[in-house]
Amino acid sequence: MRKTIEKNAQLLALFAVACTALIAFVNFLTQDKIIEQEQQQLISTLSSIIEPSSHDNSISQTCIILEDEQLGELPQKAYLATNNNSPVAAAITTTAPDGYNGNIFLLVAINFDGTLSGVRAIKHQETPGLGDKVELRKSQWILSFNGKKILDENDHRWAVAKDGGMFDQFTGATITPRAVVNAVKRTTNYFNQHKAELFNTAPNCSENAEIK
Amino acid sequence: MKLSDEYKELTWQGLWKNNPGLVQLLGLCPLLAVTSTVTNALGLGLATMFVLICSNATVSAIQQWVPKEIRIPIFVLIIAAFVTCVQLLMNAFTYGLYQSLGIFLPLIVTNCAIIGRAEAYASKNPLKQASFDGFMMGLGFLLVLIVLGGIREILGQGTLFDGADLLLGEWASVLRVEVFQLDNQFLLAILPPGAFIAMGFLIAAKNKIDAKLAEKAPKKANVEIERVRVNFDS
Repeated sequence: MRKTIEKNAQLLALFAVACTALIAFVNFLTQDKIIEQEQQQLISTLSSIIEPSSHDNSISQTCIILEDEQLGELPQKAYLATNNNSPVAAAITTTAPDGYNGNIFLLVAINFDGTLSGVRAIKHQETPGLGDKVELRKSQWILSFNGKKILDENDHRWAVAKDGGMFDQFTGATITPRAVVNAVKRTTNYFNQHKAELFNTAPNCSENAEIK
Repeated sequence: MKLSDEYKELTWQGLWKNNPGLVQLLGLCPLLAVTSTVTNALGLGLATMFVLICSNATVSAIQQWVPKEIRIPIFVLIIAAFVTCVQLLMNAFTYGLYQSLGIFLPLIVTNCAIIGRAEAYASKNPLKQASFDGFMMGLGFLLVLIVLGGIREILGQGTLFDGADLLLGEWASVLRVEVFQLDNQFLLAILPPGAFIAMGFLIAAKNKIDAKLAEKAPKKANVEIERVRVNFDS
């Protein structure tokens, strides 16, 4: 009896070791590729919202960590674009906490003069078919931010049309665009208040540190 | 001759008679969750098929060393290891698809079809047949996923193969077919309840076809009412 138990325990341990070894091996083969893919994804998103010819630095390498409640509870990142060391634009990650179904993660690119260069939804769980029109794949809506500017801190045009603002809502979904508009507004306000400071901060997050 | 009959039987069982999606009704969780588009269905179906072939082959290869008492934990270990490998490989090579399927990939572990085949067939049969059984069962599951994905994508978005480039590379974006233009997406088809309803119709259609076939073959008219069994060789 005892012998059987010992034998089975040994066998189980053996299989556990073999399976772990297999996974470790595959992980070793793929980890560089995965980091490269994530990096590429980031670069292509960044270059779609900040014109690549407008700057001469590597944006994805020039990254600083921000903590401010206007940007959401989590620490956020800002990617800085400079040309001859003079500031051009920044892409700031931000969270809209009041989406219809949890947080909406956004990347907001703002030119140094305060006009928006582009916005993208990075990750969300909004209702498919209704709220997911914040994705560029599904709808052009997110492009309506391009070139917009905040006139003063309480600019009432920065709201969805239903609330008297200048951004359309979606048929059947007002909460999602409202959350996105507000988050972009908060981020832009933050940028306008802190832009000088941002561009004087030395890059303090390397990309490899971001990926665990 | 006898061997080829066995392969024929395995094909028939996997694709139709004992189809994991339509008859065994195993793995409903990933089946219903990801079939909102054909591309997602294809991605998850291929991943499941790969895991099923690998796990069946491994389980069959090691059957003589595995004592009966601890076979289940060992099967689970093997399946989980293969699923993790698939997840890492997809993350590395089909990054876009990984992002849309990501949270469903680990669900392959919970797909009872896989451990069901390991237990019912692979652990008692030689390597070749077990791998073939994994392939056919996986193919049967894949086909149900694709049909369901196709129905839901056409009804929901009016397209087919939307986002195929995420799975197959840039060239595949030409595969996208706009069947008809929808002003508003038909939400029910995209959400999980639509998946249940479409699945119900698929099962009904299969039963109808089976009934027609039975009618046409009067010799087998005295079909006994059979319980659906995962284990068809018992």
